[in-house]
Amino acid sequence: MDTNSKLQIPNSKLLDYTLRLADDALILGHRLGEWCGHGPILEQDIALTNTALDHLGRARSLYQYAAELFNQMPADEKKQVFTSVAIQNLVSTGANVDEDDLAYLRDGWDFRNALLLEQPNIDWAYTVARALFYDTFNYFFFTELSKSKNESLAAVAEKSLKEVTYHLRWSSEWAVRLGDGTDESHARMQKAVNELWMYSGELFTPNETDEEMSRAGLGVDLTKIKPLYMARVQEVLSEATLTTPPDTWMQQGGRNGRHSEHLGYVLAELQFMQRAYPGMEW
Amino acid sequence: MSNSFQEHFDRLIDSEVTIEPKDWMPDDYRKTLIRQISQHAHSEIVGMLPEGNWITRAPSLRRKAVLLAKVQDEAGHGLYLYSAAETLGVTRDELYNQLHTGKAKYSSIFNYPTLTWADMGAVGWLVDGAAIMNQVPLCRTSYGPYARAMVRVCKEESFHQRQGFEIMLTLSKGTEIQKKMAQDAFNRWWWPSLMMFGPPDAESPHTAQSVRWRIKRLTNDELRQKFVDVTVEQAKVLGLEMPDKDIKWNEERGHHDFGAINWEEFRNVVKGNGPCNKQRLETRKKAWDEGQWVRDAAMAHAEKRKSRKKAA
Amino acid sequence: MTQEIKKTNKTEWPLWEVFIRSKAGLDHKHAGSLHAADAQMAVENARDVYTRRMEGVSIWVVESRHIHASDPDQSESMYEPANDKIYRHPTFYNLPEEVKYM
Repeated sequence: MDTNSKLQIPNSKLLDYTLRLADDALILGHRLGEWCGHGPILEQDIALTNTALDHLGRARSLYQYAAELFNQMPADEKKQVFTSVAIQNLVSTGANVDEDDLAYLRDGWDFRNALLLEQPNIDWAYTVARALFYDTFNYFFFTELSKSKNESLAAVAEKSLKEVTYHLRWSSEWAVRLGDGTDESHARMQKAVNELWMYSGELFTPNETDEEMSRAGLGVDLTKIKPLYMARVQEVLSEATLTTPPDTWMQQGGRNGRHSEHLGYVLAELQFMQRAYPGMEW
Repeated sequence: MSNSFQEHFDRLIDSEVTIEPKDWMPDDYRKTLIRQISQHAHSEIVGMLPEGNWITRAPSLRRKAVLLAKVQDEAGHGLYLYSAAETLGVTRDELYNQLHTGKAKYSSIFNYPTLTWADMGAVGWLVDGAAIMNQVPLCRTSYGPYARAMVRVCKEESFHQRQGFEIMLTLSKGTEIQKKMAQDAFNRWWWPSLMMFGPPDAESPHTAQSVRWRIKRLTNDELRQKFVDVTVEQAKVLGLEMPDKDIKWNEERGHHDFGAINWEEFRNVVKGNGPCNKQRLETRKKAWDEGQWVRDAAMAHAEKRKSRKKAA
Repeated sequence: MTQEIKKTNKTEWPLWEVFIRSKAGLDHKHAGSLHAADAQMAVENARDVYTRRMEGVSIWVVESRHIHASDPDQSESMYEPANDKIYRHPTFYNLPEEVKYM
């Protein structure tokens, strides 16, 4: 089905890239799911859950593809990819992995999501600011990825783009509502934007995987979408009467598996069942 | 004059014609409806919490998505029902206020804790099962907006019970520990589920009036019996033991006999002494209070927009 | 009418009525109501609340207070005069068997 062998990119790179997209989606979907039942008003509780479900759906498609890629690897190579005891045990029995194994049995350092997405919800303003940065990124990212030579990624991107277009509308409108709402909402929104800003740069900092994937026409050239992102975010913030934070030191690490403390707690809950009761059907 | 209104209303009720918001209705009817519909709405909203507990801990991605969609549906059901109540001249904010100040009741079942993943199965299977049994007859209730809300609710609810049963089935076909989990959840949720149908008919003062108004179509005891009968069969499919030693088929009645319900416990949970009453209400209040600035901001922004448009 | 007087609450988002076209070619039909701060949000809330199961392809919203309804107490004078105008219905006319479809 895929032509990546012809494009001379090692499966491990493609896997790394796919997993990061899946992890982004899962971790944010999980965070947004935390709002369910606790939103500021029923209508928005429902709205945010729809978005959470979009992210979870995308996570599943991507993990399924990642599992396919992983299962195709030679046995020796498989042992090198993930170091968690649970996955090592699976690999040693020669069993295939599936979407749930990848989500529930990898350790924190094997997660590739951006730091931004594991940041806690805190309040509606933080949730909106995080969404604004990520949805804007996603919009331009998936627009590009839908042209990928990798059919699986292109297909996911095309479907996601429709969802993300709606997400971006939601987060932009809320950013404006909060920024240009009451004094309190303005202050809260500005604070959220300021504090999350240092996690937004990572989305555009290519690592080795990005560079190889982009060169091979499989992944997205992040330098190309960064100006589009900046212009759009600035436009929204200015409509929201908010100040765009100055260029600053940007946190990095998620894409290479070095996370903030928050991820550990997310995984402790997320993976609890699979870790406590290994190898069962649910 | 008022007499003729009353007669006209009674004629409509007796000929199963639907009452609509602008029709004349007796004050009692309006009050009873507001109480019943809002209690039902509150139950949906508070009911999101025990299951919402497990969204972050669901054991597979499929289960996580299903649970999220299910709890979201409950928010939707609450919303449909609040809307139906609003047609009777009360606002959602007022109804929330009644909930938050403890003036309004909600279904006591949600004051029980969800302790293991199997509770997601038991809640779907038993609690939603009991709820559906209560709700299906309400799709033909006399008050139009309520009936229409219930049609929508029932349509969506059918997946809830199925997903719960599916969880139970997977567990009961699983490992020893999973079977234990399933049985434990069944044991804990069985009696509270029976209590969901409300006090025995002999002690339920509203029933006769409510049945005539078709805001209730079967009595508490009738529904409870129906629930026991179907659950006994379903438990056999699951291979689980009924948590009641007194359950026995009664040939003469054509129904299962069952053991005595602990109404003392029921009354206490209703009164606020259940394991989670305090925590559920505080969680709802917290969400509402912390959302105030968000709702205010949206209104303030909408006002600003309007006045800018006018100025332009 | 004994309609209770609504307590006005300044902070409560207004109520909107939602009408949904379930598929192309059909009328918009009343689906229910919801709260939203403005029209744009009302459309989006309607999408999220009332079309989760692919129930719609088009949405109308109108603030509930803008709906003018007929008075049920006048229903006799409103609707009964139409009862004896059966000549408005095609079945009023007898056509020979040979003219099957008209």
